Order: sequence, then C-alpha cells, then structure tokens
Amino acid sequence: MMAVIQYILYPAILVLLAVPLGAYIKKVMNGEKTFLSKILTPCENLVYKMMKVDKEEQMTWKKYTVSVLIFSGIGLFFLFLLQLLQGALPGNPQKLPGVKWDLAFNTAASFVTNTNWQAYSGESTLSYLTQALGLTVQNFVSAATGIAVLSALIRGFVKIKEQGLGSFWVDMTRIVIHILLPLNLVISLLLVGGGVIQNLKGAKTVPLLEPVAVSAEGEILEDAVIDEKAGTVTIGGVLVPDAEIITEQFVPMGPAASQIAVKQTGTNGGGFMGVNSAHPLENPNAFTNLIEMLSILLIPTALCFTFGASVKNKKQGIAIFMAMFICLVIALGTIAVNEQMAAPQLAQNGEVNISALDQAGGNMEGKETRFGIAASSTWAAFTTAASNGSVNSMHDSYTPLGGMAMMLLIQLGEVVFGGVGCGLYGMLAFAILTVFIAGLMVGRTPEFLGKKIEPYEMKWAVLVCLATPIAILAGSGMAAVVPSVLGSLHNDGAHGFSEMLYAYSSAGGNNGSAFAGFSADTVFLNISLGLSMLFARFLPMVGTLAVAGSLAQKKKIAATVGTLSTTNAMFVFLLIFIVLLIGALSFFPALALGPLAEYFGSIA
Amino acid sequence: MKELKSVLPKAVVAFIIFSFVCGILYTGVVTGLAQLIFPRKANGSIIEIDGKKYGCGLLGQQYTDDAHMWGRIMNVDVSTYQDENGNLLMYAAPSNLSPASGEYEMLVAERVKKLRAANPDMDETEVPVDLVTCSGSGLDPHISPAAAEYQVARIAEASGKTEDEVRAVIKKCTEGRFLGIFGEETVNVLEVNLMLDGILDER
Repeated sequence: MMAVIQYILYPAILVLLAVPLGAYIKKVMNGEKTFLSKILTPCENLVYKMMKVDKEEQMTWKKYTVSVLIFSGIGLFFLFLLQLLQGALPGNPQKLPGVKWDLAFNTAASFVTNTNWQAYSGESTLSYLTQALGLTVQNFVSAATGIAVLSALIRGFVKIKEQGLGSFWVDMTRIVIHILLPLNLVISLLLVGGGVIQNLKGAKTVPLLEPVAVSAEGEILEDAVIDEKAGTVTIGGVLVPDAEIITEQFVPMGPAASQIAVKQTGTNGGGFMGVNSAHPLENPNAFTNLIEMLSILLIPTALCFTFGASVKNKKQGIAIFMAMFICLVIALGTIAVNEQMAAPQLAQNGEVNISALDQAGGNMEGKETRFGIAASSTWAAFTTAASNGSVNSMHDSYTPLGGMAMMLLIQLGEVVFGGVGCGLYGMLAFAILTVFIAGLMVGRTPEFLGKKIEPYEMKWAVLVCLATPIAILAGSGMAAVVPSVLGSLHNDGAHGFSEMLYAYSSAGGNNGSAFAGFSADTVFLNISLGLSMLFARFLPMVGTLAVAGSLAQKKKIAATVGTLSTTNAMFVFLLIFIVLLIGALSFFPALALGPLAEYFGSIA
Repeated sequence: MKELKSVLPKAVVAFIIFSFVCGILYTGVVTGLAQLIFPRKANGSIIEIDGKKYGCGLLGQQYTDDAHMWGRIMNVDVSTYQDENGNLLMYAAPSNLSPASGEYEMLVAERVKKLRAANPDMDETEVPVDLVTCSGSGLDPHISPAAAEYQVARIAEASGKTEDEVRAVIKKCTEGRFLGIFGEETVNVLEVNLMLDGILDER
C-alpha cells in the first residue's frame, strides 16, 4: 500500500517543485530580476568583466556553435590531462596513480558530453582533485551548455527576422551563477545533513566484527574457523596454510555530497563511488534518496514550463510536458510491476517470500533494503527517462522486462525529459518532425509556433532525431562482431547481449547508467563508447543551433483556422506516436534478441 | 577561422573562471559548511565508543556466527584495497547477476538451503527475499523487519538470550520510513550485533 502512495507522490512532488523553478529559469535566461538578483547579479557582472564579454552581444548561430564546441573541446582536453597527471598533483590522499590513456579519454568524453558513463570506480581510481576540479566542473558546465543551447533555440522561435541568438558566454554565466550554484549549494547541505560524506580526509578503516579468512590465492574461505590470537585458520579441524585473516574494512572518504548534488541536478549521473547512489555513504537513507531522486528530473521538467513561458504560449509548454510525462508514467508502471512480481528463478516455488509484508519483497537482487522496490523502480525510470544515469540499484539485476523498459527510455532518444536542455531540444526536433508529418497528411504547409518549417529545418531536425539511434545501432553492431567484447560480458546468453546493447544505448543516449556487470574498461570499448558519446552529443547540438539560426530569420505567420494546433491532446498523441515509432522501429530487432528473448526463456 | 580566433581566448578565460568557481570554491564552501554543521555525518557515521572504533554504521559486514544477526548476501572483495602496511581490507560489490537465469536459480536454492539449515525453528516460514539476494551497493547495512524476525529464534538459542530480549534489541535498531511514507522500514544489522555483544547500549 505504501508503495502505491510512493509511486503517486514522487511524480506529484516533482511537478509541484518544477513549476516555480521553470518560472525562475525563464526570468534568469531573459536577464530579469529575481529574488536572488541582489546578491548574484554583481557576481555575474564581475565574470563578464574578467572575460571581457559584451552582455548585449548577439551571436550568429555559427558563432554560437563554434563557442560551444571550443569550450567543450577545452574541457575535454583539460580533463584528459588532469587524469593522466593526477598522480603528480596534490589533493590525492590515497596516492592513486595517473589514469591510463584510454580510460582517461573515455571518462573525459563521458563527462564533457553530460553522459557520465563510468568505466572506473571513483573510490579506487580518481583523486579528490580530479573529482572536484575535473568532474564536478564538467557536471556544472556540461549541464549549463545544454540549457544554453536550448535557450538559443527558444530565441529562434521568439525572434522575428533577426540574425542573433544571444551570447553563449552570457547564457553560461547566468545558468551557472543564478541556477546551478545556489540550487546545488542547498542540496549538498541537505545531503550532508542526511548522512552523505563531505570531507577531504583520506580513506579510513574500521574493524570488522567478524574477521574474514582468505586463502593464499585470494579466495574467501567460507565455514572457516578463525583463531585471531594464534592467527590460524582451520576448516573442519584442518589447518589452512598461508591463509590471511582480514580484520579491517575499507571506508571511502572524500568530498562526495557536493559532487552528488550537481550530478543529480545537472542530469550528469557520475557517482563519487563506483556503485553510485546505491552506496550507503552516497545515499544513506530515504530522505537523501528523495532529494537525490527528485533532483534528477527537477530541471528537465522545469524547462518545459520555462519553454512555454518564453514562447508566450504556456499551453505549448504543457503539451510537451504531457507527452513526456505520459511516456514516463507508462515506463514507471512497467518497471514497478515487473520488479514487484520478480522472477520465478528467485521465487523458488514459494520457498522464498517475495510478498510485501514487513519487507519490500519482489526482486531485491541488486536493490538496497532502505529503498525497496518502490524507490528503486521510480529512480530507475527517472534516471533513464532523464539522461541522468545515476543509479540507486543495479540495473543489470532487474527483471528482463523491467530492464527493457529502462533501455527503451534511453533508446527513444532521451527525449522523455532527457538531459537538462538537450532533452527538450531533442523533443522539439521531434515536434518539428510531427508537424511536418501531420502537415503532409492534411496537405498544409507545416508550421510550429508561427514559424514555417521548411526543408532546411527538416533536414537538421531529422539528424537531431536520428543521431542517437545511429550511434546506438552502429556502435553495438560493430561491437557485436569484435571477439574481445565477449570477454566483457558478465551474464550468459540473451542477458549478456543486453549488457552490450545497454552500454551502447547508454553512450548513444548520453545517459551513463549501465548493466554494470559489463567490464567496459578495455581499449576498444573505452574508445568506441567515447566516440559514440561525442557523436550523439554534438551532432544534435549543431543541428539544433542551425535550426535556431534559420528560425530566427523568419517572419511570424499569424495562426488561422487552418493552422494545425500544437497544444491539444491530438498533438500530444501524435508526438508520442512519432517518438515511439522511430524508437520502437529502430530497436525492436535488438530488443527481441536481448530482453525479450531472456523473458520468454525465463518463463518457459 | 576569424571566429575561431575571437572565440578561443574567451573560451579559455571562461573555462578557468568556471573551473575555479565550480571546482574549488563550490567544493570548498560545501566542505567547510558541512564540517562545521554536521561533523559526524560528514565524516562517515563511524561508530566510536570511548575512542575505539566499532565499524561504520552505514556499511554492511559479513556475519556467519549463529549468535549474530546475518545481513544481505555479500559479494566480498578483498583484492582492491590495502592499508599502509599492506594488509588486505574488506570491501564488497554488487552481483550484477540477472535474476532470471538458471544459474541464478541454483545460487538462490543453495542460499535457501543454508538458511533453512541454520534456522530449523522457521521451517514453516518462507525465507524473506532480502536474505537470499545481494544488494545494490554490495554493502547494504540493513535488512527488513521480516528478515530480522526470521532469525530471532536462532540468535536467541545461540546467544543464550530470550527471544523477547532479541526482539527488543531489533526494535531499538529499527528505523521507520521517512515521514512514515518514503523508503522502507530497516533494521541496522551492525547495530543489532553490537548490542547483542553488549558493546553498544543505545543508537
């Protein structure tokens, strides 16, 4: 019963918070006064002064694009170097060595593209300096870049017969200073208050209540009798030679909360720890979980309302929001039902209790007791709908159909809310596609928000919509014929294929979550996944800005009785239909080989 | 090319400014405030009594003693971390296994058998699912109230306490849902075991 209430409340609270935030973001992007202006606007102006930026500059779409690409390129290069050199730099109490080049490239591409795919474990690979000065910075600026490109597109719709789309530097500065910094400051402190670590100390150790015995080969000796004083290990009275007795546990430390806050709000998703927000020091209880989970979709949802307010057509914002929300709810329902029912292999003909009495029940493999099924399934739906990719449970251990729903949310192109900024501009490309197809059906020139949609916009919009399917299918297709990839699979059969498909979906959708049994830290996978991420991030960005530049130059046509409404239920339905059509048709064959084959195998 | 030249210097300066503000300043301010306001939580919620450490309240450990409460199934990792003296340290990882495979079915059957053997008084009761599954972090410090209740008879017999005494300890270590709604009810296994051993009195 409590689970049902949770399923209703999580989305409800989300929308309740997103509406006012959407109004706030609209004010910030237009340079209007907000309740924080008194403190923050002087900081904003100081940044312009140091950068020698003209606040009123209007960049052409080409200059805007070049600025985005160069800024991201510098980030990529710096983050790559920082990882290679971390061993020689301060802020490294664990004395971790430099990262090897292919992993460093993968991680740099991953964080610059707002994907945050992680082929490493944070606590054993990256120094605190790399985490803060490298990853946290990209968590901020890659998110801000997405929102900036969205604002340029919005200006394209609003402006009439103009060249300029605003200044990328001004957009970046406003987003970071007025939106991301204050929001994340509050969220980090709430998280620390809830028990998330935030310090600069080296990792600690604590004694184990029961020591663990390990053989000389490094295998755990179960049923061993340990005499700690004598230092001997016996099994069934027989002494095990050279066995080691482990008496201490590793407790990771570091500045986690500050990074976790922004990884959630910026739809980044790269955890401080390897197991992300499933780790008890990264997400210790239901309170921190609530905050982290709502943060995933907070800005992407708010931006729908920002969009409506900015184009002076609130209904348009609501229509886009509804299309996304309906897809989210369907996916959430699918995941929740499948996880609660679990699998026959786990239920053991009734030997194992999977009911929800005095426990969460259901498929608890890979899930934390404190989150249970409801908070894990909701998170899984949120994180794959948004291109966030943080996890509080292990997606590899979801039921076949639950896992498929998550994979499909990514494969739809990350437009069901999607990443901050990029999800909405992706969805707007689908909206352009929709008015075009609908226009063809009724024999009208397609138009959207008073702007005529012509071949130029269509070409770019199609590229924006197809970049993700191309990256995923080409990537996973190539990987499927590379023999060494077989060695990275953790599970057998159809589920092993799903692990690989999920990896390329995650990279191509800029999501970052994983079927984490997949060993992704090989040269081939690091490079190919890294390239997929870059392709799927920057091609749609260029396309979006090209569309924005072209739209801004057009005149506004007045709506007539013949104009196809883009704010009614019919349009919402058509939009969902087109998104599903492209996503489902592209991926049905692959899904049939992976999760569907596994499902039918498991019930046979 | 002209654009490149005019953009590059601005991009470099912007990158330096944002790196400093978001990387150093932001992280520093949050760390400072966290250490000032929530020092125990910011440093890992380690259980310390009279200056001696007794484990981290947020990290699970492996328990096999009949007189201790058992936690989630652990996939113990001893190869990743060492202390300064080269001693191996215990950590753990998730299984990442599909719950719908034949291999998994056999694994769970084995776990059920082991629990059945250790808890003969509970033959009539189904085994709670958290006791036969590995968690998401691999380090889950909690089990559900159902999983705790399943072990009461065994713990009482092995530790020489009455079942009611064991239940009282469990109750002390049980945390409800946040606001009575969010998340699940949990029992902290380390705290239960420290209380059973007489080391800890109150949480």
